[in-house]
Amino acid sequence: MAELITYREAVAEGIARELRRDPSVVCIGEDIGAGEGVFKTTAGLFAEFGPTRIWDTPISEQAIVGAAMGAAMTGVRPIAEIMFSDFLACCWDFIANEMPKVRYMTGGQVSVPMVVRTANGGGLGFGAQHSQAVENWALTVPGLIVVAPSTPSDVIGLMASAVRSDDPVIFFEHKALFATKGEPAPAGHVVPLGKANVCREGTDITLVGLAWSMPIILEAAELLAAEGISAEVIDLRCLVPLDAACVLESVAKTSRIIIVEENPFQGGWGGTLASIVADEGFHDLDAPVKRLAGASVPAPFAKHLEDQVLPSVGATVDLARRLVGG
Amino acid sequence: MTNSTKEELASWYDQMLVIRGTEKAAYDLFMTGLVKGTTHLASGHEAVAVGASAALKPEDYVWATYRGHHHAMARGLSPEACLAELMSKETGACRGKGGSMHLTSAANNMMGSYAIIGSHIPMAVGSAWSAVLRKTDQVSIAFFGDGATNIGAFHEAINLAAVWKLPVIFICENNLYMEYTPISAVTAVQHPAADRAAAYSLPRIVIDGNDVLVVRDEVAKAVALARAGGGPSVIECLTYRHYGHSRADPAKYRPEGELEEWMMRDPLKVLRARLVESGVSEDEITGIENAVDAVVKEAIERAKDAPLSDISEAFTDVWADGGMQWRN
Ligand SMILES: Cc1ncc(C[n+]2csc(CCOP(=O)(O)OP(=O)(O)O)c2C)c(N)n1
Ligand SMILES: [Mg+2]
Repeated sequence: MAELITYREAVAEGIARELRRDPSVVCIGEDIGAGEGVFKTTAGLFAEFGPTRIWDTPISEQAIVGAAMGAAMTGVRPIAEIMFSDFLACCWDFIANEMPKVRYMTGGQVSVPMVVRTANGGGLGFGAQHSQAVENWALTVPGLIVVAPSTPSDVIGLMASAVRSDDPVIFFEHKALFATKGEPAPAGHVVPLGKANVCREGTDITLVGLAWSMPIILEAAELLAAEGISAEVIDLRCLVPLDAACVLESVAKTSRIIIVEENPFQGGWGGTLASIVADEGFHDLDAPVKRLAGASVPAPFAKHLEDQVLPSVGATVDLARRLVGG
Repeated sequence: MTNSTKEELASWYDQMLVIRGTEKAAYDLFMTGLVKGTTHLASGHEAVAVGASAALKPEDYVWATYRGHHHAMARGLSPEACLAELMSKETGACRGKGGSMHLTSAANNMMGSYAIIGSHIPMAVGSAWSAVLRKTDQVSIAFFGDGATNIGAFHEAINLAAVWKLPVIFICENNLYMEYTPISAVTAVQHPAADRAAAYSLPRIVIDGNDVLVVRDEVAKAVALARAGGGPSVIECLTYRHYGHSRADPAKYRPEGELEEWMMRDPLKVLRARLVESGVSEDEITGIENAVDAVVKEAIERAKDAPLSDISEAFTDVWADGGMQWRN
């Protein structure tokens, strides 16, 4: 068996593969060059590709994303890094008003083939302004592809699809997953956008997650199996395109669903998925559609407080038990 | 000032008249209800667009604001495609999905008109960066208003362009006003763009934006510098908008006599005088004026006659595959 790699290494590897494959791919961001990124997710890139492919910028989120957009519209495929996803707010105009709208408002005259990568979510104790899970922000904007991988090989395979996409992609890398390990990706590995992964098959209940919530629900499924409850586990991988069909197919089999999400319940992505299941899966359901989401509070600093506001393995198991037993 | 041929002067006069006439038509069509929403007319700013454009090659990039009819037309958008867009027609530049504020002519590398103040300034830096990456000698221009100089994106963009020595020119159309507030009332320097240039180690350049020749010459210098790898320039053009900010604005806040004073320096008057000076006869000039009248009239009729864009347009062009599907 090949040696396992970390999620962190997979980010750099995924970018490197695209930089090698296509000379029009470039990286732009703060401290990503010789500094190799504050999360070391660009390790080795500057050494291999140098300053004509890896561009260090001032602390100018608007200029980073805006310049990447102008370059994307004129023949380049930029990968822009926004250090922490909380900082997307500093360039939100570009994310919400520019990248996703310009194709439409010009009647299809231009394309914006670019990726904005960003470190998302909690788990590292960085406090309220460096820990929020904001994938739901991106989901609210028609015209953005939203990707959030949970394993190293998915990071590489989805990075390939993201960079090759002719549409703008927000690529959420999860801080709490950087140190996790998984199988390496074979050469040429590409995971299509909008294809969920059924990580574990089951018949009694469907557990749906994304990025950070995947280790939680996989562990929950394991514990439930020990009690004789068979959980099907789905990793959405992308919020847009959303593989709703995969979820509906699963619910047709299990009749029950829990959506486990890190972002706040208030406006969280699970609400969109729940509305689809409640509507189109209504006749398959034997129990209400359930969401376990982050509490609707800013991210607290202390670990014991964060544990209170994020969904847990225990809460997932308890809820599944009640739904299946009830 | 460099010399320009009679032919050049005449062609600029022609272009500026077409823009003026098309915008007048837009105004009139608004009054008759054929143009909806809002329009921001650039009448009075024509010399900036035409002068700058005269210093560019066709493959150079131009980025504009919601007040961008003149820039789109100076780069080659037809008056018909402009008016048809304002009237939501199938033959409009963006097939009715952009409107006055988002005129775009990508075929002419006129990369769009943006209505979030300052947003396109970093994009112009991006197309300049792209030219460096692709090793072309294309230059990019961002046109923006005086008001845009107080937004963060302006400063982030110029700093980045200066640090990376990118071939981009930042052209401020200083028309003295934001929407209704004089720029001087909210800005700590006298020249909102030019006085900030020093902060990015760039020279202070303020010019008469109502003289097409002055604009052409100054932009040509900046273009030459940019193509030679000398980096960006900031050029502040002093000009004036003849109408109010938008269709909703009667411009009552302007001090008495100000408009009249600027009308004496109407860029069309200035250029007409130059034409006469260079020996073009009254007859020839009237000939140009009549020809432009006919061109604009025909554009109005053709735009009016075109069908509204198809209702299916509402649901296309979200994604590269042309569609809008976000889930299966
Ligand atoms: C970010 C942002 N804030 C405010 C507005 C509303 N707004 C539209 S035009 C305008 C004035 C802009 O003035 P200036 O940059 O001088 O351009 P001009 O209209 O004079 O050409 C304002 C405030 C906007 N469109 N975008
Ligand atoms: Mg102004």
